[in-house]
Amino acid sequence: MRLIINKIVLGLSTLSALIGLAFLGWILITLFMKGLGSFHLSLFLNDLIDGGLRNLIVGQFILAGIAATIGIPLGMAAGIYIQEYGRGKYAEVIRNLSDIMMSAPSIVIGAFVYAIIVVPTGGTSGFAGAIALAIMMLPIVISTTDNMLSLVPKELREAGIALGASKYKVIVDIVIKAAKVGIMTGILLAFARIIGETAPLLFTSETSNYFSLDLTESFPSLTVSIYDLANEPEESSRDLAWAASFILTVLVLTINLAGRFITRNKKR
Amino acid sequence: MEKIFRNLSLSSASLVFIILLGIFITLFLASKDAINEFGIGFITNPNWNKEVSIDATDKSSQSAQDFSLEDDFLADDEDDMILDEDDAILDEDDMLFDDSIKKTFTDYGALVPIVGTLLTTLIALIFALPIAMGIAVFLAEIAPKNIAAPISVAIELLAAIPSIIFGMWGLYYFAPIVADLVGGYQVSLLTAGLVLGIMILPFMAAITRDSMNTTPDVLKESAYAMGATKFEVIKDIIFPYSKVGIIGSIILALGRALGETMAVAFLIGSIFALPTAINSPTISIPVAMANNFGEASGLGESSLFYLALILFVISFGVISFAKLYFLKGAR
Repeated sequence: MRLIINKIVLGLSTLSALIGLAFLGWILITLFMKGLGSFHLSLFLNDLIDGGLRNLIVGQFILAGIAATIGIPLGMAAGIYIQEYGRGKYAEVIRNLSDIMMSAPSIVIGAFVYAIIVVPTGGTSGFAGAIALAIMMLPIVISTTDNMLSLVPKELREAGIALGASKYKVIVDIVIKAAKVGIMTGILLAFARIIGETAPLLFTSETSNYFSLDLTESFPSLTVSIYDLANEPEESSRDLAWAASFILTVLVLTINLAGRFITRNKKR
Repeated sequence: MEKIFRNLSLSSASLVFIILLGIFITLFLASKDAINEFGIGFITNPNWNKEVSIDATDKSSQSAQDFSLEDDFLADDEDDMILDEDDAILDEDDMLFDDSIKKTFTDYGALVPIVGTLLTTLIALIFALPIAMGIAVFLAEIAPKNIAAPISVAIELLAAIPSIIFGMWGLYYFAPIVADLVGGYQVSLLTAGLVLGIMILPFMAAITRDSMNTTPDVLKESAYAMGATKFEVIKDIIFPYSKVGIIGSIILALGRALGETMAVAFLIGSIFALPTAINSPTISIPVAMANNFGEASGLGESSLFYLALILFVISFGVISFAKLYFLKGAR
Protein backbone atom coordinates (compact mmCIF):
# COMPACT_ATOMS: atom_id res chain seq x y z
CA MET A 1 0.00 0.00 0.00
CA ARG A 2 2.72 2.44 0.95
CA LEU A 3 4.49 1.61 -2.23
CA ILE A 4 1.37 2.15 -4.30
CA ILE A 5 0.72 5.57 -2.74
CA ASN A 6 4.35 6.38 -3.38
CA LYS A 7 3.99 5.45 -7.05
CA ILE A 8 0.80 7.49 -7.43
CA VAL A 9 2.29 10.61 -5.86
CA LEU A 10 5.48 10.40 -7.86
CA GLY A 11 3.39 9.87 -10.98
CA LEU A 12 1.27 12.95 -10.24
CA SER A 13 4.37 15.00 -9.63
CA THR A 14 5.89 13.96 -12.94
CA LEU A 15 2.56 14.70 -14.58
CA SER A 16 2.57 18.26 -13.26
CA ALA A 17 6.03 18.80 -14.67
CA LEU A 18 4.70 17.59 -18.00
CA ILE A 19 1.73 19.97 -17.71
CA GLY A 20 4.15 22.87 -17.17
CA LEU A 21 6.16 21.83 -20.22
CA ALA A 22 2.97 21.36 -22.23
CA PHE A 23 1.91 24.96 -21.62
CA LEU A 24 5.33 26.23 -22.67
CA GLY A 25 5.20 24.05 -25.77
CA TRP A 26 1.64 25.10 -26.58
CA ILE A 27 2.45 28.80 -26.36
CA LEU A 28 5.66 28.49 -28.37
CA ILE A 29 4.04 26.36 -31.09
CA THR A 30 1.14 28.81 -31.37
CA LEU A 31 3.59 31.67 -31.69
CA PHE A 32 5.62 29.88 -34.34
CA MET A 33 2.60 28.86 -36.40
CA LYS A 34 0.81 32.20 -36.25
CA GLY A 35 3.96 34.28 -36.18
CA LEU A 36 5.80 32.59 -39.03
CA GLY A 37 2.59 32.59 -41.05
CA SER A 38 2.53 36.37 -41.16
CA PHE A 39 6.27 36.85 -40.92
CA HIS A 40 7.92 38.66 -43.78
CA LEU A 41 11.23 40.43 -44.23
CA SER A 42 9.40 43.61 -45.23
CA LEU A 43 8.22 43.83 -41.61
CA PHE A 44 11.72 45.02 -40.77
CA LEU A 45 11.80 47.59 -43.58
CA ASN A 46 8.44 49.33 -43.17
CA ASP A 47 6.98 51.30 -40.31
CA LEU A 48 3.65 50.47 -38.71
CA ILE A 49 1.86 53.04 -40.84
CA ASP A 50 2.86 51.00 -43.92
CA GLY A 51 2.07 47.66 -42.31
CA GLY A 52 5.57 46.95 -40.98
CA LEU A 53 7.18 46.82 -37.55
CA ARG A 54 10.49 48.61 -38.06
CA ASN A 55 9.71 51.71 -36.01
CA LEU A 56 8.28 49.62 -33.18
CA ILE A 57 11.28 47.31 -32.85
CA VAL A 58 13.74 50.20 -32.98
CA GLY A 59 11.58 52.16 -30.53
CA GLN A 60 11.34 49.31 -28.04
CA PHE A 61 15.12 48.85 -28.13
CA ILE A 62 15.69 52.57 -27.60
CA LEU A 63 13.29 52.68 -24.65
CA ALA A 64 14.83 49.60 -23.01
CA GLY A 65 18.34 50.83 -23.87
CA ILE A 66 17.86 54.19 -22.19
CA ALA A 67 16.25 52.47 -19.22
CA ALA A 68 19.28 50.17 -18.96
CA THR A 69 21.69 53.11 -19.23
CA ILE A 70 19.95 54.71 -16.26
CA GLY A 71 19.09 51.60 -14.29
CA ILE A 72 22.32 49.59 -14.51
CA PRO A 73 24.81 52.08 -12.99
CA LEU A 74 22.35 53.15 -10.28
CA GLY A 75 21.40 49.56 -9.49
CA MET A 76 25.01 48.39 -9.39
CA ALA A 77 26.03 51.27 -7.15
CA ALA A 78 23.16 50.53 -4.80
CA GLY A 79 24.02 46.82 -4.78
CA ILE A 80 27.64 47.66 -4.01
CA TYR A 81 26.52 49.83 -1.13
CA ILE A 82 24.33 47.12 0.36
CA GLN A 83 26.99 44.43 0.08
CA GLU A 84 30.25 46.32 0.60
CA TYR A 85 29.58 49.45 2.63
CA GLY A 86 26.34 48.83 4.45
CA ARG A 87 26.94 47.35 7.84
CA GLY A 88 23.98 48.44 9.87
CA LYS A 89 20.23 48.27 9.65
CA TYR A 90 19.96 50.76 6.80
CA ALA A 91 21.46 48.41 4.19
CA GLU A 92 19.14 45.64 5.35
CA VAL A 93 16.11 47.90 5.05
CA ILE A 94 17.12 48.95 1.54
CA ARG A 95 17.66 45.32 0.58
CA ASN A 96 14.16 44.39 1.72
CA LEU A 97 12.57 47.45 0.11
CA SER A 98 14.32 46.66 -3.16
CA ASP A 99 12.94 43.11 -3.05
CA ILE A 100 9.45 44.49 -2.44
CA MET A 101 9.87 47.00 -5.25
CA MET A 102 10.80 44.15 -7.60
CA SER A 103 7.30 42.69 -7.15
CA ALA A 104 5.46 46.03 -7.20
CA PRO A 105 2.69 46.09 -9.83
CA SER A 106 4.14 47.47 -13.05
CA ILE A 107 0.95 49.36 -13.86
CA VAL A 108 1.33 51.31 -10.61
CA ILE A 109 4.83 52.34 -11.66
CA GLY A 110 3.29 53.49 -14.93
CA ALA A 111 0.74 55.57 -13.01
CA PHE A 112 3.51 57.04 -10.86
CA VAL A 113 5.55 58.13 -13.87
CA TYR A 114 2.39 59.45 -15.49
CA ALA A 115 1.79 61.66 -12.46
CA ILE A 116 5.35 62.95 -12.06
CA ILE A 117 6.43 63.28 -15.71
CA VAL A 118 3.56 63.01 -18.20
CA VAL A 119 1.23 65.44 -16.40
CA PRO A 120 3.84 68.19 -15.75
CA THR A 121 5.31 67.95 -19.27
CA GLY A 122 1.87 67.95 -20.86
CA GLY A 123 1.96 64.70 -22.78
CA THR A 124 3.25 61.19 -23.23
CA SER A 125 6.90 60.93 -24.21
CA GLY A 126 9.58 58.37 -24.91
CA PHE A 127 11.49 59.84 -22.01
CA ALA A 128 8.68 59.04 -19.56
CA GLY A 129 8.48 55.48 -20.88
CA ALA A 130 12.22 54.97 -20.46
CA ILE A 131 12.06 56.26 -16.88
CA ALA A 132 9.23 53.84 -16.06
CA LEU A 133 11.28 50.93 -17.42
CA ALA A 134 14.36 52.13 -15.53
CA ILE A 135 12.37 52.04 -12.28
CA MET A 136 11.32 48.49 -13.14
CA MET A 137 14.90 47.50 -13.83
CA LEU A 138 16.54 49.10 -10.79
CA PRO A 139 15.59 46.54 -8.11
CA ILE A 140 16.47 43.59 -10.38
CA VAL A 141 19.98 44.96 -10.95
CA ILE A 142 20.35 45.71 -7.24
CA SER A 143 19.40 42.19 -6.25
CA THR A 144 21.72 40.62 -8.86
CA THR A 145 24.68 42.76 -7.88
CA ASP A 146 24.04 42.14 -4.20
CA ASN A 147 23.84 38.36 -4.67
CA MET A 148 26.85 38.09 -6.96
CA LEU A 149 29.08 40.24 -4.76
CA SER A 150 28.15 38.11 -1.77
CA LEU A 151 29.64 35.10 -3.58
CA VAL A 152 33.07 36.73 -3.86
CA PRO A 153 35.31 35.20 -1.18
CA LYS A 154 36.26 37.45 1.68
CA GLU A 155 39.93 36.50 1.26
CA LEU A 156 40.08 38.34 -2.06
CA ARG A 157 39.03 41.57 -0.39
CA GLU A 158 41.43 41.03 2.49
CA ALA A 159 44.28 40.35 0.08
CA GLY A 160 43.55 43.63 -1.69
CA ILE A 161 43.43 45.60 1.50
CA ALA A 162 46.63 43.94 2.74
CA LEU A 163 48.36 45.22 -0.39
CA GLY A 164 47.42 48.72 0.68
CA ALA A 165 44.63 49.32 -1.83
CA SER A 166 41.86 51.67 -0.80
CA LYS A 167 38.39 50.21 -0.33
CA TYR A 168 37.22 51.82 -3.55
CA LYS A 169 40.12 50.25 -5.45
CA VAL A 170 39.40 46.86 -3.94
CA ILE A 171 35.72 47.04 -4.95
CA VAL A 172 36.28 48.27 -8.49
CA ASP A 173 39.41 46.29 -9.39
CA ILE A 174 38.96 43.08 -7.44
CA VAL A 175 35.44 42.40 -6.21
CA ILE A 176 33.57 43.61 -9.30
CA LYS A 177 36.02 41.82 -11.59
CA ALA A 178 35.51 38.58 -9.72
CA ALA A 179 31.72 38.87 -9.91
CA LYS A 180 31.64 40.27 -13.44
CA VAL A 181 30.14 37.26 -15.22
CA GLY A 182 27.36 36.78 -12.71
CA ILE A 183 26.43 40.44 -12.75
CA MET A 184 26.41 40.49 -16.55
CA THR A 185 24.08 37.51 -16.62
CA GLY A 186 21.74 39.18 -14.18
CA ILE A 187 21.75 42.36 -16.21
CA LEU A 188 20.95 40.46 -19.39
CA LEU A 189 18.02 38.76 -17.65
CA ALA A 190 16.84 42.12 -16.33
CA PHE A 191 17.05 43.57 -19.85
CA ALA A 192 15.10 40.62 -21.23
CA ARG A 193 12.43 41.28 -18.66
CA ILE A 194 11.96 45.01 -19.26
CA ILE A 195 12.06 44.79 -23.05
CA GLY A 196 8.89 42.70 -22.90
CA GLU A 197 7.05 45.02 -20.52
CA THR A 198 3.80 46.62 -21.63
CA ALA A 199 1.94 47.94 -18.61
CA PRO A 200 4.44 50.66 -17.55
CA LEU A 201 4.49 52.01 -21.13
CA LEU A 202 0.73 52.17 -21.75
CA PHE A 203 0.30 55.73 -20.60
CA THR A 204 3.90 56.94 -20.40
CA SER A 205 5.37 56.45 -23.88
CA GLU A 206 2.18 55.16 -25.52
CA THR A 207 3.06 54.15 -29.06
CA SER A 208 3.34 55.70 -32.48
CA ASN A 209 2.72 54.59 -36.04
CA TYR A 210 5.71 56.49 -37.33
CA PHE A 211 9.45 56.19 -37.05
CA SER A 212 10.64 58.53 -34.32
CA LEU A 213 13.80 59.32 -32.44
CA ASP A 214 12.28 62.27 -30.63
CA LEU A 215 12.05 61.35 -26.96
CA THR A 216 9.77 64.29 -26.14
CA GLU A 217 6.89 62.88 -28.19
CA SER A 218 4.82 59.69 -27.99
CA PHE A 219 7.28 56.95 -28.80
CA PRO A 220 6.83 53.78 -30.88
CA SER A 221 6.65 50.70 -28.65
CA LEU A 222 6.37 47.14 -29.86
CA THR A 223 4.52 45.82 -26.82
CA VAL A 224 1.95 48.62 -26.62
CA SER A 225 1.27 48.26 -30.34
CA ILE A 226 0.77 44.51 -29.94
CA TYR A 227 -1.92 45.28 -27.39
CA ASP A 228 -3.58 47.80 -29.71
CA LEU A 229 -3.33 45.58 -32.79
CA ALA A 230 -4.56 42.45 -31.04
CA ASN A 231 -7.75 44.22 -30.03
CA GLU A 232 -8.57 45.45 -33.53
CA PRO A 233 -11.30 43.63 -35.40
CA GLU A 234 -9.42 43.29 -38.71
CA GLU A 235 -7.70 39.99 -39.37
CA SER A 236 -4.67 41.77 -40.90
CA SER A 237 -4.03 43.76 -37.70
CA ARG A 238 -4.16 40.62 -35.61
CA ASP A 239 -1.78 38.82 -37.96
CA LEU A 240 0.62 41.71 -37.56
CA ALA A 241 0.23 41.43 -33.78
CA TRP A 242 1.12 37.73 -33.97
CA ALA A 243 4.19 38.46 -36.07
CA ALA A 244 5.23 41.14 -33.57
CA SER A 245 4.65 38.76 -30.64
CA PHE A 246 6.75 36.14 -32.36
CA ILE A 247 9.64 38.58 -32.86
CA LEU A 248 9.33 39.82 -29.28
CA THR A 249 9.33 36.32 -27.79
CA VAL A 250 12.28 35.15 -29.89
CA LEU A 251 14.15 38.27 -28.80
CA VAL A 252 13.37 37.84 -25.10
CA LEU A 253 14.11 34.11 -25.02
CA THR A 254 17.36 34.57 -26.98
CA ILE A 255 18.64 37.20 -24.55
CA ASN A 256 17.55 34.98 -21.69
CA LEU A 257 19.30 31.87 -23.01
CA ALA A 258 22.40 33.90 -23.90
CA GLY A 259 22.58 35.01 -20.28
CA ARG A 260 22.37 31.44 -19.05
CA PHE A 261 24.93 30.29 -21.58
CA ILE A 262 27.51 32.81 -20.34
CA THR A 263 27.20 31.52 -16.76
CA ARG A 264 27.36 27.90 -17.83
CA ASN A 265 30.59 28.44 -19.76
CA LYS A 266 32.18 30.28 -16.89
CA LYS A 267 31.32 27.56 -14.41
CA ARG A 268 33.13 24.88 -16.38
CA MET B 1 37.67 59.52 -4.76
CA GLU B 2 36.95 57.03 -2.04
CA LYS B 3 34.44 59.41 -0.47
CA ILE B 4 32.74 60.26 -3.76
CA PHE B 5 32.33 56.60 -4.62
CA ARG B 6 30.92 55.76 -1.23
CA ASN B 7 28.46 58.61 -1.31
CA LEU B 8 27.40 57.80 -4.86
CA SER B 9 26.59 54.25 -3.90
CA LEU B 10 24.84 55.38 -0.74
CA SER B 11 22.62 57.77 -2.66
CA SER B 12 21.81 55.11 -5.27
CA ALA B 13 20.74 52.81 -2.47
CA SER B 14 18.63 55.54 -0.96
CA LEU B 15 16.98 56.00 -4.34
CA VAL B 16 15.02 52.79 -3.72
CA PHE B 17 13.58 54.26 -0.56
CA ILE B 18 12.90 57.60 -2.24
CA ILE B 19 11.12 56.02 -5.21
CA LEU B 20 8.88 53.84 -3.06
CA LEU B 21 8.03 56.77 -0.80
CA GLY B 22 7.56 58.91 -3.91
CA ILE B 23 5.12 56.42 -5.40
CA PHE B 24 3.07 56.40 -2.23
CA ILE B 25 3.00 60.18 -1.84
CA THR B 26 2.34 60.83 -5.52
CA LEU B 27 -0.53 58.35 -5.68
CA PHE B 28 -1.97 59.79 -2.50
CA LEU B 29 -1.82 63.38 -3.76
CA ALA B 30 -3.18 62.44 -7.18
CA SER B 31 -6.11 60.60 -5.63
CA LYS B 32 -6.81 63.38 -3.13
CA ASP B 33 -9.94 64.57 -4.98
CA ALA B 34 -11.42 61.09 -5.08
CA ILE B 35 -10.53 60.46 -1.44
CA ASN B 36 -12.21 63.69 -0.37
CA GLU B 37 -15.25 62.96 -2.50
CA PHE B 38 -15.83 59.30 -1.69
CA GLY B 39 -13.80 58.63 1.42
CA ILE B 40 -13.30 55.07 2.54
CA GLY B 41 -16.75 54.11 1.20
CA PHE B 42 -15.06 54.03 -2.23
CA ILE B 43 -14.01 50.47 -1.48
CA THR B 44 -17.56 49.16 -1.05
CA ASN B 45 -19.25 51.20 -3.78
CA PRO B 46 -20.15 49.09 -6.83
CA ASN B 47 -20.76 52.04 -9.21
CA TRP B 48 -18.21 53.19 -11.74
CA ASN B 49 -18.55 56.21 -13.98
CA LYS B 50 -22.29 56.30 -13.33
CA GLU B 51 -24.36 59.45 -13.59
CA VAL B 52 -26.40 59.94 -10.46
CA SER B 53 -28.50 62.90 -9.36
CA ILE B 54 -28.16 64.46 -5.96
CA ASP B 55 -30.59 66.51 -3.91
CA ALA B 56 -29.51 69.92 -2.82
CA THR B 57 -29.99 68.90 0.79
CA ASP B 58 -28.88 65.31 0.73
CA LYS B 59 -25.57 64.67 -0.93
CA SER B 60 -25.92 60.94 -0.85
CA SER B 61 -26.25 59.32 -4.23
CA GLN B 62 -29.51 58.10 -5.61
CA SER B 63 -29.97 55.30 -8.00
CA ALA B 64 -30.12 55.93 -11.73
CA GLN B 65 -33.72 54.76 -11.78
CA ASP B 66 -34.82 57.66 -9.62
CA PHE B 67 -33.11 59.90 -12.05
CA SER B 68 -35.09 58.70 -15.04
CA LEU B 69 -38.33 58.96 -13.06
CA GLU B 70 -37.61 62.57 -12.25
CA ASP B 71 -36.85 63.14 -15.89
CA ASP B 72 -40.37 62.01 -16.82
CA PHE B 73 -41.78 64.20 -14.12
CA LEU B 74 -40.00 67.15 -15.56
CA ALA B 75 -41.36 66.45 -19.02
CA ASP B 76 -44.89 66.41 -17.60
CA ASP B 77 -44.28 69.70 -15.93
CA GLU B 78 -43.19 71.24 -19.16
CA ASP B 79 -46.52 70.31 -20.69
CA ASP B 80 -48.26 71.96 -17.78
CA MET B 81 -46.14 75.02 -18.23
CA ILE B 82 -47.44 75.58 -21.72
CA LEU B 83 -51.00 75.31 -20.40
CA ASP B 84 -50.78 77.89 -17.66
CA GLU B 85 -48.19 80.23 -19.02
CA ASP B 86 -49.25 83.05 -16.74
CA ASP B 87 -48.62 81.23 -13.49
CA ALA B 88 -45.38 82.76 -12.35
CA ILE B 89 -45.16 80.84 -9.11
CA LEU B 90 -45.28 77.51 -10.84
CA ASP B 91 -42.68 78.70 -13.26
CA GLU B 92 -40.34 79.63 -10.47
CA ASP B 93 -40.99 76.31 -8.85
CA ASP B 94 -39.99 74.60 -12.03
CA MET B 95 -36.82 76.58 -12.23
CA LEU B 96 -35.81 75.48 -8.79
CA PHE B 97 -36.61 71.91 -9.61
CA ASP B 98 -34.61 72.20 -12.80
CA ASP B 99 -31.61 73.37 -10.84
CA SER B 100 -31.59 70.43 -8.50
CA ILE B 101 -31.91 68.04 -11.43
CA LYS B 102 -28.93 69.51 -13.19
CA LYS B 103 -26.81 68.75 -10.16
CA THR B 104 -25.82 65.30 -11.27
CA PHE B 105 -22.39 63.95 -10.57
CA THR B 106 -20.46 60.93 -11.67
CA ASP B 107 -20.11 58.24 -9.07
CA TYR B 108 -17.01 56.09 -8.75
CA GLY B 109 -16.45 53.07 -6.56
CA ALA B 110 -13.81 50.36 -6.32
CA LEU B 111 -15.84 47.34 -5.29
CA VAL B 112 -16.04 45.69 -8.72
CA PRO B 113 -12.33 45.92 -9.59
CA ILE B 114 -11.31 44.90 -6.07
CA VAL B 115 -13.55 41.82 -6.18
CA GLY B 116 -12.32 41.03 -9.70
CA THR B 117 -8.69 41.30 -8.64
CA LEU B 118 -9.13 39.10 -5.58
CA LEU B 119 -11.17 36.44 -7.36
CA THR B 120 -8.83 36.12 -10.37
CA THR B 121 -5.90 35.83 -7.99
CA LEU B 122 -7.71 33.20 -5.96
CA ILE B 123 -8.54 31.13 -9.07
CA ALA B 124 -4.94 31.45 -10.24
CA LEU B 125 -3.69 30.29 -6.88
CA ILE B 126 -6.01 27.28 -6.67
CA PHE B 127 -5.02 26.25 -10.17
CA ALA B 128 -1.27 26.87 -9.90
CA LEU B 129 -0.62 25.63 -6.38
CA PRO B 130 -0.87 21.85 -6.86
CA ILE B 131 0.91 21.91 -10.22
CA ALA B 132 3.70 24.13 -8.91
CA MET B 133 4.17 21.85 -5.90
CA GLY B 134 4.31 18.84 -8.23
CA ILE B 135 6.89 20.50 -10.45
CA ALA B 136 8.99 21.51 -7.46
CA VAL B 137 8.93 17.97 -6.04
CA PHE B 138 9.75 16.56 -9.44
CA LEU B 139 12.72 18.87 -9.92
CA ALA B 140 14.06 18.63 -6.40
CA GLU B 141 13.54 14.94 -5.63
CA ILE B 142 12.44 12.76 -8.50
CA ALA B 143 14.20 13.70 -11.70
CA PRO B 144 17.83 12.70 -12.18
CA LYS B 145 20.11 15.71 -12.50
CA ASN B 146 20.59 15.50 -16.25
CA ILE B 147 16.82 15.64 -16.78
CA ALA B 148 16.03 18.15 -14.04
CA ALA B 149 18.44 20.77 -15.39
CA PRO B 150 16.88 21.23 -18.86
CA ILE B 151 13.36 21.06 -17.43
CA SER B 152 14.31 23.72 -14.90
CA VAL B 153 15.48 25.96 -17.73
CA ALA B 154 12.29 25.28 -19.69
CA ILE B 155 10.10 26.18 -16.72
CA GLU B 156 12.11 29.35 -16.18
CA LEU B 157 11.71 30.23 -19.84
CA LEU B 158 7.97 30.00 -19.34
CA ALA B 159 8.42 32.71 -16.71
CA ALA B 160 10.40 34.84 -19.15
CA ILE B 161 7.65 35.02 -21.78
CA PRO B 162 6.18 38.55 -21.75
CA SER B 163 2.75 38.76 -20.15
CA ILE B 164 1.18 40.28 -23.24
CA ILE B 165 1.94 37.03 -25.08
CA PHE B 166 0.14 35.05 -22.40
CA GLY B 167 -2.82 37.38 -22.86
CA MET B 168 -3.00 37.00 -26.62
CA TRP B 169 -2.48 33.26 -26.56
CA GLY B 170 -5.01 32.94 -23.76
CA LEU B 171 -7.65 34.94 -25.59
CA TYR B 172 -7.38 33.24 -28.98
CA TYR B 173 -6.35 29.69 -28.08
CA PHE B 174 -6.87 28.85 -24.43
CA ALA B 175 -10.14 30.63 -23.63
CA PRO B 176 -12.21 29.07 -26.44
CA ILE B 177 -11.31 25.60 -25.14
CA VAL B 178 -12.16 26.50 -21.55
CA ALA B 179 -15.43 28.11 -22.66
CA ASP B 180 -16.32 24.97 -24.60
CA LEU B 181 -15.70 22.82 -21.54
CA VAL B 182 -17.31 25.00 -18.88
CA GLY B 183 -19.73 27.08 -20.90
CA GLY B 184 -20.25 30.79 -20.54
CA TYR B 185 -18.16 33.58 -21.96
CA GLN B 186 -14.66 33.26 -23.36
CA VAL B 187 -13.66 36.37 -21.49
CA SER B 188 -14.40 35.72 -17.85
CA LEU B 189 -13.10 35.48 -14.32
CA LEU B 190 -12.30 31.82 -14.92
CA THR B 191 -10.22 32.16 -18.09
CA ALA B 192 -8.40 35.22 -16.72
CA GLY B 193 -7.67 33.38 -13.48
CA LEU B 194 -6.42 30.26 -15.25
CA VAL B 195 -4.04 32.14 -17.56
CA LEU B 196 -2.83 34.11 -14.56
CA GLY B 197 -2.25 30.76 -12.86
CA ILE B 198 -0.13 29.54 -15.77
CA MET B 199 1.89 32.75 -15.49
CA ILE B 200 2.70 32.43 -11.79
CA LEU B 201 3.27 28.67 -12.07
CA PRO B 202 6.99 28.80 -12.96
CA PHE B 203 7.68 31.51 -10.42
CA MET B 204 6.04 29.56 -7.62
CA ALA B 205 7.68 26.28 -8.68
CA ALA B 206 11.16 27.85 -8.77
CA ILE B 207 11.06 29.32 -5.25
CA THR B 208 9.43 26.20 -3.83
CA ARG B 209 12.14 24.03 -5.41
CA ASP B 210 14.81 26.29 -3.92
CA SER B 211 13.29 26.01 -0.43
CA MET B 212 13.04 22.23 -0.79
CA ASN B 213 16.68 22.05 -1.82
CA THR B 214 17.69 23.58 1.51
CA THR B 215 16.64 20.39 3.33
CA PRO B 216 19.85 18.82 4.65
CA ASP B 217 20.74 15.55 2.92
CA VAL B 218 21.46 13.93 6.28
CA LEU B 219 17.80 14.22 7.30
CA LYS B 220 16.61 12.66 4.06
CA GLU B 221 19.18 9.90 4.19
CA SER B 222 18.30 8.90 7.71
CA ALA B 223 14.63 8.67 6.74
CA TYR B 224 15.47 6.50 3.75
CA ALA B 225 17.62 4.33 6.01
CA MET B 226 14.55 3.77 8.19
CA GLY B 227 12.80 2.33 5.14
CA ALA B 228 10.69 5.34 4.23
CA THR B 229 9.42 5.64 0.68
CA LYS B 230 10.18 8.69 -1.41
CA PHE B 231 6.67 10.04 -0.82
CA GLU B 232 7.04 9.66 2.94
CA VAL B 233 10.35 11.49 2.86
CA ILE B 234 8.76 14.29 0.88
CA LYS B 235 5.70 14.44 3.11
CA ASP B 236 7.31 13.98 6.51
CA ILE B 237 10.81 15.39 6.09
CA ILE B 238 11.03 17.86 3.23
CA PHE B 239 7.64 19.59 3.54
CA PRO B 240 7.86 20.22 7.29
CA TYR B 241 11.44 21.40 6.90
CA SER B 242 10.80 23.83 4.06
CA LYS B 243 7.22 24.73 5.03
CA VAL B 244 8.00 28.33 5.91
CA GLY B 245 9.81 28.95 2.65
CA ILE B 246 7.02 27.34 0.65
CA ILE B 247 4.31 29.44 2.27
CA GLY B 248 6.45 32.50 1.65
CA SER B 249 6.79 31.64 -2.02
CA ILE B 250 3.04 31.14 -2.34
CA ILE B 251 2.32 34.55 -0.86
CA LEU B 252 4.99 36.13 -3.04
CA ALA B 253 3.38 34.60 -6.13
CA LEU B 254 0.05 35.91 -4.90
CA GLY B 255 1.54 39.40 -4.62
CA ARG B 256 2.69 39.18 -8.22
CA ALA B 257 -0.66 37.90 -9.45
CA LEU B 258 -2.51 40.81 -7.83
CA GLY B 259 -0.69 43.36 -9.95
CA GLU B 260 -0.58 41.52 -13.26
CA THR B 261 -2.07 43.67 -15.99
CA MET B 262 -1.65 42.58 -19.58
CA ALA B 263 -2.55 38.89 -19.44
CA VAL B 264 -5.68 39.69 -17.45
CA ALA B 265 -6.57 42.66 -19.68
CA PHE B 266 -7.12 40.38 -22.65
CA LEU B 267 -9.24 37.90 -20.77
CA ILE B 268 -11.32 39.43 -18.03
CA GLY B 269 -13.82 41.18 -20.26
CA SER B 270 -13.35 44.69 -18.80
CA ILE B 271 -16.92 45.21 -17.71
CA PHE B 272 -17.71 47.17 -14.57
CA ALA B 273 -20.16 44.65 -13.18
CA LEU B 274 -19.93 42.25 -10.30
CA PRO B 275 -19.51 38.72 -11.64
CA THR B 276 -22.64 36.63 -11.29
CA ALA B 277 -20.87 33.35 -11.98
CA ILE B 278 -17.34 32.08 -12.33
CA ASN B 279 -17.63 32.30 -16.11
CA SER B 280 -18.97 35.83 -16.35
CA PRO B 281 -16.85 38.84 -17.28
CA THR B 282 -15.78 41.56 -14.83
CA ILE B 283 -12.72 43.78 -14.32
CA SER B 284 -9.66 44.00 -12.07
CA ILE B 285 -7.81 47.02 -10.69
CA PRO B 286 -4.81 46.91 -13.09
CA VAL B 287 -7.11 46.37 -16.08
CA ALA B 288 -9.39 49.22 -15.03
CA MET B 289 -6.30 51.43 -15.00
CA ALA B 290 -4.89 50.13 -18.27
CA ASN B 291 -8.14 50.66 -20.17
CA ASN B 292 -9.36 53.93 -18.72
CA PHE B 293 -6.29 55.98 -17.88
CA GLY B 294 -5.93 57.42 -21.36
CA GLU B 295 -9.37 59.01 -21.55
CA ALA B 296 -9.90 59.83 -17.90
CA SER B 297 -9.77 63.34 -16.50
CA GLY B 298 -10.85 65.15 -13.34
CA LEU B 299 -12.62 62.97 -10.82
CA GLY B 300 -12.36 59.91 -13.05
CA GLU B 301 -8.59 60.17 -13.24
CA SER B 302 -8.37 60.84 -9.53
CA SER B 303 -10.46 57.74 -8.87
CA LEU B 304 -8.10 55.67 -11.02
CA PHE B 305 -5.20 56.96 -8.93
CA TYR B 306 -7.18 55.98 -5.84
CA LEU B 307 -7.46 52.48 -7.32
CA ALA B 308 -3.71 52.47 -7.96
CA LEU B 309 -3.10 53.51 -4.37
CA ILE B 310 -5.29 50.67 -3.09
CA LEU B 311 -3.49 48.15 -5.32
CA PHE B 312 -0.08 49.47 -4.26
CA VAL B 313 -0.94 49.27 -0.58
CA ILE B 314 -2.40 45.76 -0.89
CA SER B 315 0.51 44.33 -2.86
CA PHE B 316 3.08 46.15 -0.74
CA GLY B 317 1.44 44.65 2.34
CA VAL B 318 1.23 41.15 0.91
CA ILE B 319 4.80 41.10 -0.40
CA SER B 320 6.40 42.57 2.70
CA PHE B 321 4.42 40.12 4.84
CA ALA B 322 5.83 37.24 2.78
CA LYS B 323 9.34 38.68 2.80
CA LEU B 324 9.62 39.64 6.42
CA TYR B 325 7.59 36.92 8.05
CA PHE B 326 8.35 33.82 5.99
CA LEU B 327 11.37 34.41 3.83
CA LYS B 328 13.56 36.04 6.44
CA GLY B 329 17.13 35.50 5.40
CA ALA B 330 16.12 33.29 2.48
CA ARG B 331 17.97 34.64 -0.53
